[in-house]
Amino acid sequence: MISSLPSALPGAAEPSCYSRLTNEWICVQYLVDRQDELVDATIEHVLITVAAVAFGVVIAFPLALLARRYPRLESGVLGVSTGLYTIPSIALFPLLVPFTGLTATTVVIGLGLYALTILVRAILSGFDSVPDEVKESATGLGYGRRRMLLRIELPLALPVIMAGLRVATVSTVALTTIGTLVSAGGLGRLIKDGVDNDFRAELLAASVLCVALAVLLDLLLVTTQRLLTPWTRGQNA
Amino acid sequence: MNIFADTWSYLTDPANWQGSGGILARLLEQLLLTGTALALAMLIGMPIALWLGHLGRGGFLAINISNVGRAIPTFALLALLVSADWPGSAEFGPYGRAGLATLIALVLFALPPIVTQSYVAVREVPGEVKESARGMGMTGRQQLFRVELPLALPLVVSGARLALVQVWATATIAALVAGPGLGRIITDGFYRSNYPQGIAGAIVVALVALVLEVAAASLQRLADPLRASSGRGKPLSEAGHTLQEAETG
Repeated sequence: MISSLPSALPGAAEPSCYSRLTNEWICVQYLVDRQDELVDATIEHVLITVAAVAFGVVIAFPLALLARRYPRLESGVLGVSTGLYTIPSIALFPLLVPFTGLTATTVVIGLGLYALTILVRAILSGFDSVPDEVKESATGLGYGRRRMLLRIELPLALPVIMAGLRVATVSTVALTTIGTLVSAGGLGRLIKDGVDNDFRAELLAASVLCVALAVLLDLLLVTTQRLLTPWTRGQNA
Repeated sequence: MNIFADTWSYLTDPANWQGSGGILARLLEQLLLTGTALALAMLIGMPIALWLGHLGRGGFLAINISNVGRAIPTFALLALLVSADWPGSAEFGPYGRAGLATLIALVLFALPPIVTQSYVAVREVPGEVKESARGMGMTGRQQLFRVELPLALPLVVSGARLALVQVWATATIAALVAGPGLGRIITDGFYRSNYPQGIAGAIVVALVALVLEVAAASLQRLADPLRASSGRGKPLSEAGHTLQEAETG
């Protein structure tokens, strides 16, 4: 255990702020020395998050459309996804391991299933928020089912769907850290290492990066939504 | 695949359920943790949220507290609390190693749903009902306890239910930082490459989570005063609908 500690590194003549003796929470020297490690973990974190949310979106849309078309399915879809959401992530990953092993795929599928729960609800309530008069007018103008969905309902449902996407993305960033259990946690690996070796600079840096990542992705989605739905600008401001 | 058979034999071996590190002991530990944390969070969060909702102030706080809570990884907060000089990873009574750090993290993560839902619950009591209460000469305190609180109860309970799911999940994660609870069965299994044990632990955690959720859902149904007594309920719930529409529109 001792050999893995920073103080045992060769060339550490003067104790830096992340040596075993000082073990400071905030340490710029650590950020410089371990830059590569931090960047790699952050990239892995982003990739897992994006893949999981994309997986969630790809499954949630057909599910929501099915549930809307066949109202009998709706309570079933919502019930199963709520039950899934009840299972803690640290228990869901092990349940997937027999099928996908100790890989990032396990984390992506697990988190994708959580994102799915949030997204199906958001998509359904987004479609519910489209006024009936608008749909009637579109039918009167000769819009078919497909064109109505793509040109009328989807754009009008977008604000509610995007709100769901933001919630799903922010929670996925936070939950990706648990992936360290199956050896694919992005920044979670550094948090785990920081706890195990009592390495405070690493622990705090990884935690702060995680929160920053969530805020950044959230801002990105808000900006995208502003660009996609120009007509809502000025309404909430 | 053999792993399923191994998991089954782990689960059916009574030796794995008994003893100080057994499944039963861990389960009790986690139920104790979850119960204490939920009770503490309700004790702290509900009075504040209900009072703010009664006054109609602090809505900004109530909404944003849950957004912030979502962005902070539970694992990171637990890790920071355990590594800090206080509370650290010391033993804490029946809660075991790192028990105090776990309890604090659990209470912090239980607060957002409780505060938000309780606040919204009191705010959403129909305005006509509040006005009638005032017209009858009720004081602010009477209004809160006799009118707003009974009507808000279903939403308040649903907040506690959300918090319960959250607390149970977080209590399991505590094992990642060598804390107490059922998660230990999972993490020990994974760190020692004993995957059947890890999967068996996960099955127990998931099943208890589902049982807690179902139990909480039926409790929530019992707490709804309008569903229990059908006679006087209807006009009120209709009034509630019109108010909600008015507020969002």
